[in-house]
Parts: sequence; C-alpha cells; structure tokens
Amino acid sequence: MCAKKVTKPPHEVPTTGHEWDGIQEYDNPMPRWWVWIFYATIIWGIGYTVAYPAWPWLNGVTQGVLGYNAREAVAADIAQMDATNAAVKTQLVSVDLNAIGEDEALASYASRAGAAVFKTTCAQCHGAGAAGVQSLGYPNLLDDDWLWGGSMEEIHQTVAHGIRSTTDAESRYSEMPKFGTDGLLEKAQIAEVVEYVLQISGQEHDAALASAGGTVYADNCSACHGAAGEGDRSQGAPKLTDAVWLYGNSREAINDSVSKARFGVMPEWAGRLTEDQIRAVSFYVHSLGGGE
Amino acid sequence: MALLDKHKAIETHATLLMVLAFLTVTIGGLVQIVPLFYLENTIEDVDGMRPYTPLELAGRQIYIREGCAVCHSQMIRPMRDEVERYGHYSLAAESKYDHPFQWGSKRTGPDLARVGGRYSDEWHRDHFFDAKSVVPESVMPPYGFLFSAKLDGEDIGDMVKANAMVGVPYTEEMIAEAKADFSAQADPNADSDGLQARYGAAAFPGGRDVNVRNFDGQPGITEADALIAYIQVLGTMVDFSTFLPDANR
Repeated sequence: MCAKKVTKPPHEVPTTGHEWDGIQEYDNPMPRWWVWIFYATIIWGIGYTVAYPAWPWLNGVTQGVLGYNAREAVAADIAQMDATNAAVKTQLVSVDLNAIGEDEALASYASRAGAAVFKTTCAQCHGAGAAGVQSLGYPNLLDDDWLWGGSMEEIHQTVAHGIRSTTDAESRYSEMPKFGTDGLLEKAQIAEVVEYVLQISGQEHDAALASAGGTVYADNCSACHGAAGEGDRSQGAPKLTDAVWLYGNSREAINDSVSKARFGVMPEWAGRLTEDQIRAVSFYVHSLGGGE
Repeated sequence: MALLDKHKAIETHATLLMVLAFLTVTIGGLVQIVPLFYLENTIEDVDGMRPYTPLELAGRQIYIREGCAVCHSQMIRPMRDEVERYGHYSLAAESKYDHPFQWGSKRTGPDLARVGGRYSDEWHRDHFFDAKSVVPESVMPPYGFLFSAKLDGEDIGDMVKANAMVGVPYTEEMIAEAKADFSAQADPNADSDGLQARYGAAAFPGGRDVNVRNFDGQPGITEADALIAYIQVLGTMVDFSTFLPDANR
C-alpha cells in the first residue's frame, strides 16, 4: 500500500503468488488517488478531535479549540428565533384576547402559530382536521356545540388548565355518577331514561318506556343536563336534545353513558406551552368555525 | 516504504491480524469509554429524579418486551426543531436509572422521552387498543392483549432487588414493600400513603407525587396498567425550574 506511480505494463506486474482453479491475482499497488484520500482522512480525524470536544480527561473532556457546544448552539438557535418573533409575541400576550383578530398581522401570526401548535399537541386526540374522534369522546372543535364554552376566554382556560386534570388545581372538573355500576338506578330505570333521552333527541324510541323515563330524568339528570336536556356549560354537561354526540347516539352507547358514566380528561398545557402559544392555539381553535 | 511492507506480514497472517485488531479495539475502548464511568460530570445532578415505582418498573419491562424502542426513541436531541416539538432536550440524568436505557435510534413513531402527561389515560387505552381509532394515519399495531393479561406482581420484589444490585438507589424498605406499592399505585381507593412517602414529592428534592390512578380503567392490575403508568411518568421527573444547563458537557 503505497503511493508510488505504477510504471510497469500490466503483463510485467507480479502476482500475489496464490492460485485457485487456475486463477491468479495481480499484485498491483492501490490507486494513488485512493491512498492519498486515505491519508487525508487520518489527518482530518486528528484535526477533528483537536477542533471539537473529543478526548475524555481526568475531570472532563477536551473542549476543542473551536469552542463548539451543542447546548449553547441550541440555546442560541432558540434565542435567535425568539428575538425574530419577540415583537409579535409580546403583542400577542399583552393584547386583549378578543382583540387578536382586529390586527391583521397579529391575527395572521396567531392563526399560523396556532395551527402549528395544534398539529403538534392537539391533533392526536382532536384529529388533524380538528373534527375529534366520533363516538370515542374526543370532541369535535369545528362545530358550535361546546361542552365548556366557546368564547376566546373559555377556550383559553380549557387549553391552559385542561379538563379534569389531577395535576392542575384550576382545571375544570365535574363528574357524572355511575348510575348502573354504583347501583344508583335499577336496570329498568336506566332502560327507561335511555328511551327518554332518545325521545328528546328526536330519535326512534319506545314511547311507553320514555314517558316513565321522564320522571327518572327529572329526579336524577336534570340538575346537570337541564330540565329540558339543554345541558349546562358551567359543569360541562352536554346538551342532549341535538344531533351532536360525544360518545355516540345509539341505544347501547347512551346506556353505557348512563350506567358507567364518562370521564373525559384533557391535560393542562400551561406548563408545556408558553402563554403566546396557548393564545395562538386558542385563537386558531376559535377561528375554526364554532367560535363565539 | 519499508514500514508499510512490514505491514504485509500482518495482512497475510489471519491469526496475527485478528489478535492485533482485537488489541487495537481494546485500547480504543479503554481510552474512550472507561473514563466515562469515572468522570464526575458525565451525569449531572438534577432535582426530581427518582427510581421507578414497582408498577412503572413492571411497565418498563413490557415496553422492553414489546420492543417499543424499535419504533420510538426516548432521546430528544439538542436541536431547535426537536425542542419545540417534544420539549427540553434529554439529560443523561433522566436515564440514569434505566437498565438498559431505551434511547432507541429510529423514529417510525414519535419520540416518547417526554410523553408523560401529554395525553389522558383514556387516550392511551384507546390508542393501545387500536391506534388507528384515534390517529387514522398511524401504523402502530394493536396491543389489545395487554388489557387481558393480568399481573400478579409476584416477582416484582426480585425485579426491584435486581435493579438495586446494578446501582439504582432502592432502599431496603422499597424492596420489602415492592408488592404493596405495586398494587397501591393502580387503585385510587387504596391507601397509597406508603407509596407516596417512599417515591413521592416528600421523598426526593424537587420531586412530584406519584400518579395513583386506575390506568387501564378496569378492575385488577393488567399489563396495560403497568405500561400506561410507565408511559405517564416518562420525562416528567426532572424539576426544570431549578435546572441550570452546564455548558461543559
């Protein structure tokens, strides 16, 4: 292996001396370009360990003459991005929640930044298109049927503190009793109230059972879901008279909801997202169609 | 080039080449890897890190058994795009109680280093049962069998003891109470004071209370309970309010 120029014609080159089935191998030197690149990589390798952090030492590692540091590099990168958007972020945090849409430049930033936050943190449950997951309890954010309210302030509160989160004291909380599992209602009573719910939501139902269910409803359900099934946003009790259903509108699904109750949890995002990100994503959700 | 011609003697002698190559790799390993075991600043000291609870440890075994690391990394690299998507870059201290660590090297699915608390337990249930039901574009296989595989926790004490042997600071008391702690964490109605006293906020500076919930939403302790308990604690231990990044790493 050396970089000497090859001067001999091919037929005068010696062979390696071994033979297999009559095949012999010429003992040509390596191509010179290959040998020189090989030497260059060795020199590059030594230079690299001098320039960048490399060798472990007694109480640390050699830091390299260029002073490169991955942590400083990422901090600088983030700081630079923050500085670029500092003005618009400050404006977003300081302006009244309902005034974000009034400033065209601010609204444009908020809806794009909000869409980015939504796709990273919200889409897993609420869907990439924000339509939620039908019948599984992940709410659709495109319509105007809100569980806890659809104004900017209310959406902001929900994003920041979550729903029924045990790790945030300001989280919204309510709990439906498990009427079947905990034995609060007889099986027959549950069957009746399910028919009643089917009736007030305008679906096919058994009229006799439903009229008996009206009493069960008034005694057990109306305190939260309202006398006429209009729901109550202050405790996240869904409206029962429309065609929008969180866990499905079938007889079985409603029976499950009454018997075992539902307990949808949304994590709080205040610790993970910054205030400007929370405001941006609130604005984005508010602008999807159902904002109030 | 007389020196290089002498190298020919090595290249044409298989055994000699093998012995010398082994020697070279050994020296390289000694110089590069061994000092890391003794350098004080390899793993920085951060507040909040605690050993896994017995239930989380059992979940980690299932995570390893199912090969989750094949598709999910647990390593947020110090780059702006990763920090924006997943959160603060991972610290060496965050996997110091992992034997073996689950950093992974492939992201078919997202990084899970800070997935704890990001989604509700119910979402994890739906997602393990059938990932496509909540994320239609997902290619993750269904893991519904985890919900019917009961865990009795008979071997959990030995598992904790084995981890203590390789350097995880489990106390005698933690080993002795492993089975009780294992059951207490998955039952919100049980007495979890002992569990919290051993692993909770009071036990470790900057620590948080252990999540005590019925993770799989059904009676009894299943593999799903353990796995979700483990997933929900990932990346949530370190108290970043007291963390000052040391540049010399």
